[in-house]
Amino acid sequence: MSNHLLSLTTFLPILGVLLLLFIPKDSKGVLRGVALAVTVVTFLVSLPILTGFQSNAEFQFLENAPWIAAGPFVMRYSVGIDGISLWLVILTTFIMPLAVLSTWTAVEEKVKEYMICLLLLETGMLGAFISLDLFLFYIFWEVMLIPMYFIIGIWGGKNKIYAAIKFFIYTMVGSLLMLVALIFLYFKGLDAGFSNFGLLQFFDLRLDPATQTWLFLAFALAFAIKVPMFPLHTWLPDAHTEAPTAGSVILAAILLKMGTYGYVRFAMPLFPDAAHRFTPLIATLAVIGIIYAALVAMVQEDVKKLVAYSSVAHLGFVMLGVFAFNTQGITGGMLQMLNHGVSTGALFLIVGFIYERRHTRLITDFGGLSKQMPIFATIFMIVTLSSIGLPGTNGFVGEFLILLGSFESELRWWAVIASSGVILSAVYMLWMFQRVMFGELDNPKNQTLTDLNAREIAIMVPLIALIFIMGVYPNPFIEKMNPAVQKLVAQTKPLGMSARQMPAMQGLPAGHPMVPGMAAPPAFEQAAPAVAEPNEVK
Amino acid sequence: MDMITIPAVNMTPILPEIFLSVLAMALLLINVFVPSGQKSYLGYISFVGVLAAGVLVGAGWGAPVESFSGSVVQDNFATFFKMIFLISAGLAILISDQYMEREGCNHGELYPLILFTVVGMMLMAAGTDLMTIFLGLEVMSVALYVLAGFNRASLKSNEAGLKYFLLGCFSTGFLLYGMALTYGATGTTRITKIAAVVGQMTVPSANIMLLAGMLLMLTGFAFKVAAAPFHMWTPDVYEGAPTPMTAFMSAGPKAAGFAAALRIFLVALPTLQIEWSQLLWVLAVLTMTVGNITALRQDNIKRMLAYSSIAHAGYALVGFAAGNGTGAAGILFYMLSYAFMNIGAFAVIILIGKKGEANGNVMDFAGLGFKHPALAVAMSVFLFSLAGIPPTAGFIGKFYLFSAAVQKGYIWLAVLGVLNSAASVYYYLRVMVYMYMKEPTEDFEWTRVSAPIALSLLISVAGTLVPGIVPSVVLQLAEQAVKLI
Repeated sequence: MSNHLLSLTTFLPILGVLLLLFIPKDSKGVLRGVALAVTVVTFLVSLPILTGFQSNAEFQFLENAPWIAAGPFVMRYSVGIDGISLWLVILTTFIMPLAVLSTWTAVEEKVKEYMICLLLLETGMLGAFISLDLFLFYIFWEVMLIPMYFIIGIWGGKNKIYAAIKFFIYTMVGSLLMLVALIFLYFKGLDAGFSNFGLLQFFDLRLDPATQTWLFLAFALAFAIKVPMFPLHTWLPDAHTEAPTAGSVILAAILLKMGTYGYVRFAMPLFPDAAHRFTPLIATLAVIGIIYAALVAMVQEDVKKLVAYSSVAHLGFVMLGVFAFNTQGITGGMLQMLNHGVSTGALFLIVGFIYERRHTRLITDFGGLSKQMPIFATIFMIVTLSSIGLPGTNGFVGEFLILLGSFESELRWWAVIASSGVILSAVYMLWMFQRVMFGELDNPKNQTLTDLNAREIAIMVPLIALIFIMGVYPNPFIEKMNPAVQKLVAQTKPLGMSARQMPAMQGLPAGHPMVPGMAAPPAFEQAAPAVAEPNEVK
Repeated sequence: MDMITIPAVNMTPILPEIFLSVLAMALLLINVFVPSGQKSYLGYISFVGVLAAGVLVGAGWGAPVESFSGSVVQDNFATFFKMIFLISAGLAILISDQYMEREGCNHGELYPLILFTVVGMMLMAAGTDLMTIFLGLEVMSVALYVLAGFNRASLKSNEAGLKYFLLGCFSTGFLLYGMALTYGATGTTRITKIAAVVGQMTVPSANIMLLAGMLLMLTGFAFKVAAAPFHMWTPDVYEGAPTPMTAFMSAGPKAAGFAAALRIFLVALPTLQIEWSQLLWVLAVLTMTVGNITALRQDNIKRMLAYSSIAHAGYALVGFAAGNGTGAAGILFYMLSYAFMNIGAFAVIILIGKKGEANGNVMDFAGLGFKHPALAVAMSVFLFSLAGIPPTAGFIGKFYLFSAAVQKGYIWLAVLGVLNSAASVYYYLRVMVYMYMKEPTEDFEWTRVSAPIALSLLISVAGTLVPGIVPSVVLQLAEQAVKLI
């Protein structure tokens, strides 16, 4: 099998961009077709990654090539995936063709530039998920910003410029602090005998608690902005509401996952002790996010804003699960990341469909649509239920595992409060659905609405299928991510449980609490039995 | 460095300078015979001359030679900087023609003056004696004063020339006084000998005369590179000077200032590093912050870039304050990238502008993105690079500078640096907002893009993107260049 599958998948969209450059900007049909073809091919090329993936904890499809070497720095083009990034890669390649399809009639202006932005974005996102070199990751992480900034700013709604700049600056502040932390970490690595930015070796570098605290804060801030966690979430409703449909879909389905992915891939395993220390704070913010966003969602008049706030709530669940630090919680979090990608992506598409027809998203402008658009109503219902987490749909499995995991960890009380968020989400989603779809079809403008056309149904069918597959039979998904999650649980053991790993701590008795209150609570030890060997330095 | 016994005077180290001086004087003569309206040919000749000088300079890479009993040197450090000066000058010549023609001041003296400036800058980088450096600085400055006021018909340009002249003389005074005091304290003006004398002092920081000398030299250079609080002249001069010369002044002379300062502080005064590092720390923070905060409020794009160039001097000072090899290499890399991205940005400004410096506001970029996509994409590349966003040379440069600070333990300096970068994003994005997200306010026909400007844009985009994606070669050259100081 080809060794370069990951690079091929990642850079295919760039080839597509080159292709698009040669197509005159007036042939909109050709432009759309080419962009769709490129994303579909990218998806097809990514499928062998899924089928060839071995269910073990190793990073696979590794590629490693020299890139930058100067002065004290060695950066390598080093990519690979494990069970954690595998699904995010597939989710990205899966969502992109649907996103492109959704622009078919929605975007008439500047089609060429739009497609170029979408394809650039795809490369950026895929690159960030597969990078195993910290510097390479940072490059992709930043590069992603540029096309998204243009997507919101050029094709967005009334307040697009404000939203685009807010999105850019928020993310930039966070990621630049992460850059300083990254540089600092690199020099720590040099002291420990490392010679490059390779991520895997840093997993075994246990830093002293004070250093970990600062580095964790810098990384966590960058990721928290992207997640987005309360109170750093304010850019999201703006960005979501103003972005065009495809932008919202990608933002919700993939870009936000960058933040939670950042936690599981970088912030937690690199600085486990600090991560544990900040768990109460992060869990509190996550729970506030769940409840607060649900309450705000409830009073929204704009469907899209409502869905945007529901995103904040859902991502709060993901954070809670991930910071349970046990297999169930992290698996639930990972699964919920995929679920949210599918369900909320679908919701934004649905909002796009009605917006395209009516050019309004206000709930009060609708009512009784189910009579006029039965297919649409059915699809909308399924997606709504999946977003609520009804058993049998994908949302249920994720939320269940998250709550299970956090109940078994030190986050029990947080889980209790978060559970009420599940109820709240049912309230605002169903209430919104009822007001839009049921009741009297009294607005004359709504009486002439047409049901979904073939293209729109074609977009939704794969998503609906996934909703049920993941809801009824989530095992294949869990199986592939499980070894990686197990390894993560082992890597993120708090201080004292893996004294062997800490060169700086040698001489201290095992289990010596460096900082008061840092010793692991008993509940945690049960949930995560000692695992023998951390991964080797690569 | 291997000492080479030199019989009388070895001219090799200053061969490029001699070549350019002769060329410049020849051009002044030829100028008399070229009818007005055809002065562009002088530009073409000088561009070829700059290329030839580039070959001469490049040939000296890796072959260190000392001359004039150790007051001028040809080492990789000087060679790297000379390349930056030549690139800045070459690009400035390319973008001058169309602008000067439009403003009706395409006088033939322009090109020889640019070449003289380059000669001065080269001497600053190659000088290993305080006197040589001072000589270079004066040659450069005098030519620059004229270039700033080159558009005789424009009041603003006159003001720029005069202001630059007065404040420049002032700063030169500081610098010279500092050099004199350093001579008084050490008994020599040769950089290596100063280092030896200072190295023998038990507590060099107790030598008040030496400290005062250092402080005054620092002040002089701070003026020259437009570091706060000695930056006040910059916005007016940059705004008033003809745009191609603004581009040139922001890249070349700034690099020259850093070249001389780096050599003096790293080679002659390394024993005082604790003292000057602290001063530079403060200067760096002030410069970055003042530059960025004031740039946020500018509508005139030339003024905005003037303030942003202050901020960029601040980023370079971060690497300077670190005072290590990474920092110095970072400055070299950054100055090179800055030449490409900043002159590139000014080239776009020239194309947008109208006679009499009209269309110089951010608003005039409205709608450019879709009316003139290639131009707007080029501008976006420059702006993203100035803002330090990958994959551009500006990002790699900043990464290197901030890394140097982190490596040296100045983590807060790096943090303040990146926060400043984040603030700067706002005003760079603002231009892009107008280019891509606003409709044009009025219909205006586009000026033709002359071949030289097109070429300069092409070179600048390549110079901004290529070292951003594959920076190794340039970074390694920069690393080698600073090993020899």
